[in-house]
Amino acid sequence: MSLRDKLSEIKEKGLADIDQANDLKKLNEIRVHLLGKKGPITAALRGIKELTPEERPEVGSYANKIRDAITEAVSNHREELETAQLNQQLATEKIDVTLPGKPVAQGQPHVIQQIIDQIVDLFLGMGYEVLTGPEVEEDKYNFEMMNLPKNHPARDMQDTFYLSREILMRTQTSPMQARALEKHDFSEGPLKMISPGIVYRRDTDDPTHSHQFHQVEGLVIDEHITMADLKGTLITMAQNIFGDKFDIRLRPSYFPFTEPSVEVDVTCFNCMGKGCDVCKHTGWIEVLGAGMVHPNVLKMAGVDSDVYGGFAFGVGPDRFAMLRYGVDDIRDFYLNDVRFLNQFSKRGN
Amino acid sequence: MKVSYKWLKQYLDLDMPAKDLAEKIERTAVEVDSVKVAEDGLKKLVVGHILSMKDHPESDHLHICSVDVGEDEPLQIVCGAPNVAAGQKVIVALPNSRIGGNVKIKRSKMRGVESSGMICALDEIGFSKDVVPKEWADGIYVFDDDVPVGEPIYHYLGMDDPIIDLDVTPNRGDMLSIIGTVHELAAIYDQQPEIKKPVVDEDATLDAQAEISATADSKLAKTYKLRVVEDVKIAPSPAWLQIILWNAGIRPINNVVDVTNYILLKYGQPLHSFDKDKINGNITVRNAAKGEKLTTLDEDNHELSTEDIVIADQDQPIALAGVMGGFNTQIDNDTQNVVIESAIFDSFHIRKTAQRHVLHTEASQRFERGINPDGVADALNEAVSLIKQLAGGKIAKGTITASDYHPELPVISITAERTNHVLGTSLKLDEIKAIFDRLGFSSITDGDQLQVTIPARRWDIHIDADLFEEVARIYGYDNLPATLPTGRQTIGVLTAAQRLQRAVRQILEGIGLTQAISYSLTTEEKAKMFLMQSSEPTQLLWPMTQDHTTLRMNLLSGLLDDVAYNHARKVDDVALYESGRVFYKDSADQVRPKEVEHIAGVITGNLTNPSWNNHVKAADFFLIKGMVNQFIVNLGIKGDISYTATDQYPEMHPGRTAEISIHGHDVGFVGQIHPQIAKKFKIKETYAFELDMQALIDLPKNDDQYQAVAKYPSIKRDISIIVDSEITNDQIVQLMQKRGGAYLHEIRLFDVYEGKNVPDGKKSMAYSLTYVNPRETLKDEVVNTAFEKIKKRLTADLNAEIR
Repeated sequence: MSLRDKLSEIKEKGLADIDQANDLKKLNEIRVHLLGKKGPITAALRGIKELTPEERPEVGSYANKIRDAITEAVSNHREELETAQLNQQLATEKIDVTLPGKPVAQGQPHVIQQIIDQIVDLFLGMGYEVLTGPEVEEDKYNFEMMNLPKNHPARDMQDTFYLSREILMRTQTSPMQARALEKHDFSEGPLKMISPGIVYRRDTDDPTHSHQFHQVEGLVIDEHITMADLKGTLITMAQNIFGDKFDIRLRPSYFPFTEPSVEVDVTCFNCMGKGCDVCKHTGWIEVLGAGMVHPNVLKMAGVDSDVYGGFAFGVGPDRFAMLRYGVDDIRDFYLNDVRFLNQFSKRGN
Repeated sequence: MKVSYKWLKQYLDLDMPAKDLAEKIERTAVEVDSVKVAEDGLKKLVVGHILSMKDHPESDHLHICSVDVGEDEPLQIVCGAPNVAAGQKVIVALPNSRIGGNVKIKRSKMRGVESSGMICALDEIGFSKDVVPKEWADGIYVFDDDVPVGEPIYHYLGMDDPIIDLDVTPNRGDMLSIIGTVHELAAIYDQQPEIKKPVVDEDATLDAQAEISATADSKLAKTYKLRVVEDVKIAPSPAWLQIILWNAGIRPINNVVDVTNYILLKYGQPLHSFDKDKINGNITVRNAAKGEKLTTLDEDNHELSTEDIVIADQDQPIALAGVMGGFNTQIDNDTQNVVIESAIFDSFHIRKTAQRHVLHTEASQRFERGINPDGVADALNEAVSLIKQLAGGKIAKGTITASDYHPELPVISITAERTNHVLGTSLKLDEIKAIFDRLGFSSITDGDQLQVTIPARRWDIHIDADLFEEVARIYGYDNLPATLPTGRQTIGVLTAAQRLQRAVRQILEGIGLTQAISYSLTTEEKAKMFLMQSSEPTQLLWPMTQDHTTLRMNLLSGLLDDVAYNHARKVDDVALYESGRVFYKDSADQVRPKEVEHIAGVITGNLTNPSWNNHVKAADFFLIKGMVNQFIVNLGIKGDISYTATDQYPEMHPGRTAEISIHGHDVGFVGQIHPQIAKKFKIKETYAFELDMQALIDLPKNDDQYQAVAKYPSIKRDISIIVDSEITNDQIVQLMQKRGGAYLHEIRLFDVYEGKNVPDGKKSMAYSLTYVNPRETLKDEVVNTAFEKIKKRLTADLNAEIR
């Protein structure tokens, strides 16, 4: 048998052994045996001396090829064995993916806060600044500068918690109109502000009344602000807070600090305008009051009502939340049952 | 104001359904509370004629009536009404009819006698007891003789008339009358109603001046007029008048009183009728004197205030002006001569009087909102004419006028340009003029100006803005364009403080606390708890309930109320925070408190639900401390946060509460609620913190913090020591920091142990120390030296045993 044939025989046998190896340990033994210094190839090559110098390179090169082929076969087979082993391991690691995940602590913003943030963000986008004012207010700002002098009958509409004759718990966020107007420098630009906050009324708490609730006041004063701008702004708000399908309508009303004054209705949430018990079959639900700022309010705050004018509106986030989610008791907002609070977790909207 | 649709139709050509009319009113004028037709829901109620009647053999009060209901055979109906009698025409509920309160009437037997239906009283078919005339209050109603038998009853009781209940805003007092509403609808529907001036048929032989005289303080009554009618015969009013009154929610009394109420509804002018023979001498309109008393028509006694306006004769007050008449001078069945009063009383006084005596009447409501000065005389004239028509008698010649008021009609000038500037419309001057024509306001065009004269009946209109509103609502708000403000641009951004307050909420929510909003008004006891600075409580002058009398000086008591509310509903795990204001006062005589933003949190029970792989531990001090610490770290406030044990809060556990300070500024506290307080609130073991949010806002922030991450490897050394139990972690850490050398980067406590293998009064503490040199690779020898130094100092300074 020639040396070459011997090598071929080693190769065939080696490849067959590799192929039959069924674990990594065995495979490694085969590799060490075949390619090692004491292995058959090394042994066979000892016979190379007996060959002619011309034949030697050719056989040497052949031997190298065999080594390469074996190395490759080992590597391939190792991969196969490793994959099989991994698959076997993965099969044992199978879990029930329907078991519940580990709970993670996560708090929620209060539903009224969510609505206030939504309104504030919308108006920030329209160039309004956010102002906040005191909850304990002077009669002067809460009433007098809002065109509600002492003894004005409309004061009866708002029962007030007084701390003294002149100091009270604000009954509305409207005093922020007077405060903002007093401070604003119109040479710097128009006044566009939104003012969220807590207000208080001397009411007995029941499902539809709370002695504490929230308001968001809006005010825009410049040289060319119209009631059509008010209407457009309110439509924008309704559609952003409630959805594109919502429309608004204005109805005449009376507030001492606006003239004209309007109540604003929005498409009924429950029936989307078809008429139902919730909207007393009108298709509309009253959501806010608004109007063109009364010239007296501007004058009292030192603003020239012949040059400047604009609109104001007051929104009740509590009412918005009640309508939007169908909450039927306003007290739920202030009693803080965590099962109630944690339902309003839709932050992205 | 309950407005009869039928009555409106006497003046206007209206044929739309009442609901549509109401909708139009609501869109253009004032809110509508309801539209109701009294007959809705009733069934098979007809006029019956009692042919004969006999006593029920088994009863001492029931009668067996034979009633003709327009069918072939009369019905046998058992009736127990005390006033039932043969020959009457009555309300019959036929078998299978439906009466008030959705009650079905069936054929039945009453004490063995068959009864085919029921003879009804007014309140049984849905009338409020408040409007049923006294004569029918305790029995069945009896129709006039001319009512046809067998016909449905509704028309004959006015129950087929849609009643539109207007919710009139304070400025639209003019709409508290039929005539005012007619003017409004005339504008809406562009019609010209004819409103006739009353003509009075006076008796020339009788002179009012000779019969009575009156004086009035014109500050109290701008207008005060009286007329006299003599020889009247008091009787119930005819059905048409009674119907008008009860449909408006007013109980018919007698022909004279009913006329005054009818005029009140028609003109919005409250009138009062006195029995002339019960008045002694001259009438004066004046303030009540101190100590004077008056019994009003409702037989209530009132101690009068000197702020009340009274009508008085020469002896005593005889009426509480504009609110209610006096009992002693009222019209009774024997009254022959009457004095009718038509006046304008000062609205402010009337409002106060109505409030003071809790007597809000149809009259006071109208005087409060204003009276049309041009209608006072007409109302009086129509009243005496109608009294003569219904009660007979003679109208004395002339009117006693103690004061009179006819204001000059205001003229307001507007332009189309200004109108459009405010409304955003593009109306032309003649279009605007047409709107005022519809409203019945006369106007004259003068160049680009329109001079509008405001009729006396619209006393709510004073300035151009009022006219813009009239234009807008008649033009229709639906027709207004919808635009957004244009002009100079502004930027809308949150201030740094506002951004921080938002971040605060997000951080706390991220670590597991849900936002609560509690009541700011609480009890004095709760308001005074958890005080972070000395302060007097702020009290309401007239609280509504005992639970809400005082402004809070802490947020925690509100949150504990919330925890209690949850516990009471079997919710044991609560994790809440609140961001809000507390109200501090330096001294009791300071009226207005300072408002300070605070933030507070509470946790009790588990922060997450126990689950198959979530083995939770109930909240403890170190959980809430970790939260509060992470919260403050996230705010990026400059300086170290330190925690010092405190027993200064009586409501907190004295051994488990820490004062928190940042760079030496006290900002609040964290700890366990005192078990006694927890018991008082009925809550379980609860942990809490409260921080001065304003201080956190004001403290300087690490705005530009950045440090390159060290490129060289760090070296760790662990150390375990045994120290006296009294030694605090803070002492150990501070010592290590001070003595740790330049490269000591981090100290982490990884074990605390007391018990077996540690002597009594000692504890074992184990720390992991990390050393880093940002400029080169640290050598072991350097670290060893530093580490040995720490060991030495711990032993020397804290008597620590190194393990």
